[in-house]
Amino acid sequence: MAKVAPEEHELRRVIDEEREVDGLGPDELLSIYRSVVLLRTYDERSVVYHRQGRIGTYAIFWNHEAMQAGSVHALADEDWIFPSYRESAIGLLRGLPPSTVLHWWRGHPAGWWNPADYRVASICVPIATHVPHAAGLAWGEKLKGNSTVAIAYFGDGATSEGSFHEGANLAAVMQAPLILFCNNNQWAISTPLEAQTHAETLADKAVGYGMPGVRVDGGDVLAVYEATREAVERARTGGGPTFIEAVTYRAAPHATADDPRAYIDLERVEEEKRNECVGRYDAYLRRLGVLDDATAEEIKNEALEAMRQGIAEAEAEPEPDPELVFDNAYVLPPPNLREGWDA
Amino acid sequence: MPELFMVEAINDGFHVELARDDAVMVMGEDVGRAGGVFRATAGLRERFGANRCVDTPLAEAGILGGAVGLCMAGWRPVCEMQYDAFSYPCLDQLITHVGRYRWRTGGKMEFPLVVRMPYGGGVRAPELHDDSPEAYYVHTPGVKVAIPSTPADAKGLLAAAIRDPDPVVVLEPKLIYRGEKQEVPEGEHIVPLGQARLAREGTEVTLVAYGAMVPVCERAADALAGEASVEVLDIRSLRPLDEDALLASAAKTGRVVVVQEAPRTAGFGAEIAAILAEKAILDLHGPVLRVTGFDVPYPYWKIEDRYMPSVERVVSAARKLLGF
Repeated sequence: MAKVAPEEHELRRVIDEEREVDGLGPDELLSIYRSVVLLRTYDERSVVYHRQGRIGTYAIFWNHEAMQAGSVHALADEDWIFPSYRESAIGLLRGLPPSTVLHWWRGHPAGWWNPADYRVASICVPIATHVPHAAGLAWGEKLKGNSTVAIAYFGDGATSEGSFHEGANLAAVMQAPLILFCNNNQWAISTPLEAQTHAETLADKAVGYGMPGVRVDGGDVLAVYEATREAVERARTGGGPTFIEAVTYRAAPHATADDPRAYIDLERVEEEKRNECVGRYDAYLRRLGVLDDATAEEIKNEALEAMRQGIAEAEAEPEPDPELVFDNAYVLPPPNLREGWDA
Repeated sequence: MPELFMVEAINDGFHVELARDDAVMVMGEDVGRAGGVFRATAGLRERFGANRCVDTPLAEAGILGGAVGLCMAGWRPVCEMQYDAFSYPCLDQLITHVGRYRWRTGGKMEFPLVVRMPYGGGVRAPELHDDSPEAYYVHTPGVKVAIPSTPADAKGLLAAAIRDPDPVVVLEPKLIYRGEKQEVPEGEHIVPLGQARLAREGTEVTLVAYGAMVPVCERAADALAGEASVEVLDIRSLRPLDEDALLASAAKTGRVVVVQEAPRTAGFGAEIAAILAEKAILDLHGPVLRVTGFDVPYPYWKIEDRYMPSVERVVSAARKLLGF
């Protein structure tokens, strides 16, 4: 039986406690800052592009950047990332071009990518069904004698799904090197957390699987980094999976098609916006003397330029050939696949 | 050539394929220590180790979802669903991911996994051990579906499924798992997907079937001996489908009866009938008739024989058609 770590109901924090994380020097701190700014810029520009009719419906991840960047920075390049749609742009942190993700949201087949190239799986649209994939990959790598770790991202609502349970249990039984990363933003579209679970915390679910469960402040990029780094280390050295509950609050609509005013606590949203994750990290780095106005501006401009270039490339892409309907569904397609296509 | 029961031929096929390719692994409920509830995977755990014949938690979506990830790590997993109706939780993974993932990667990744399961009725089993779910599977884009009716085909189609670069679902007729021993080629034996088998040649009426309904059709042909020349076409592979063989037989006899034990509406028999209506209507002397199960839950076994397509029902349909 796996040994269950002591319950950690208190949220782990670094920034609010004015702590420093062992092993993170100024270069690493700035590298993490670049990542949160890139993601923030991707997200804010995407909402604008949507309003301008340049991309389709878009799942906003504003104020989720610390959870995504903090955890990815704790991985090695050979480790696998399994994103949900809330992490649609997480591949940017692995060098995936912004134009590719923009294509995806533009419904263009150029939004396809080879997961093996970036070790970033395809964006999972249905809830939690990628958790067994991540468990299977982590287990499969372990069977091959590799030290690769996998991380699967999902929201609080996903913990109600059978696929979450089946994937988490499989990973635990096989002692697969997997990190189950739950971004608990308290809302599944309009359904609040208390309508999703009667458990005191989501991390408590880990006990039932015989794996450690930890809770972190999801708005604290360094707390996320530190907790993920420990989970990665445990996974890589044969200690099996870890469940991380990163607690935050969804300060933006679920997606561009959603109007949360019907259900959300607007005062709480305003409070969260004042304490959003990029600003918190920005202020922390300035207090440490690692970040100044010039560097911040340079990093922001880099990100804006990447997005300008990304949308320009996406819009310059020729319209897809409708014949792509048939490509790639099979390696060896059945002979009658195109029946009825040609009039 | 050794004579084997169908389930023994499947087991033989597994031993050959796991020895041939180190990437092939078997996973499912009770496949390892017990060797499968029908013993289809007997001896694999002992011979190839617990990592290549894996007793998984009891979770069908987790098994198939795990297999997707195993493919990404370079494995070729063969997933056993213990019974036909136990496979329904895995449809979530099959529909949302297995049939779509390669497409989603622009053809850059392959998912050479196999889902296999014993299917069908007539075995005096409790509820939900008797279903014929082939239509759900064949209606799912991105996957292929095969159903053997002989021991040799069961081995050969399993090998073809394991070697195929696309996901393949193999439904095995449990009613004839231990029905009749037949000759099975030793060593590597492949029956390519997409090729029907002419089980019996005839000139006046064609009985089209797959799986456990093929022997029923053969007995119907025997019963009609001296009355009509009956052809029996074993479809074997529902996707890809051997349309040429189907149309050739329809052109020859001009009369087609399709037999399936699955419920009637939107079953695979309806697909066969539609293809014949589109492409063979001028060859036909009468309507395509269906002999099928019914649009009701599979019955308790005291009354299942009346539900299952019988030799009498097939003979009756053939006689009706011969009157045209």
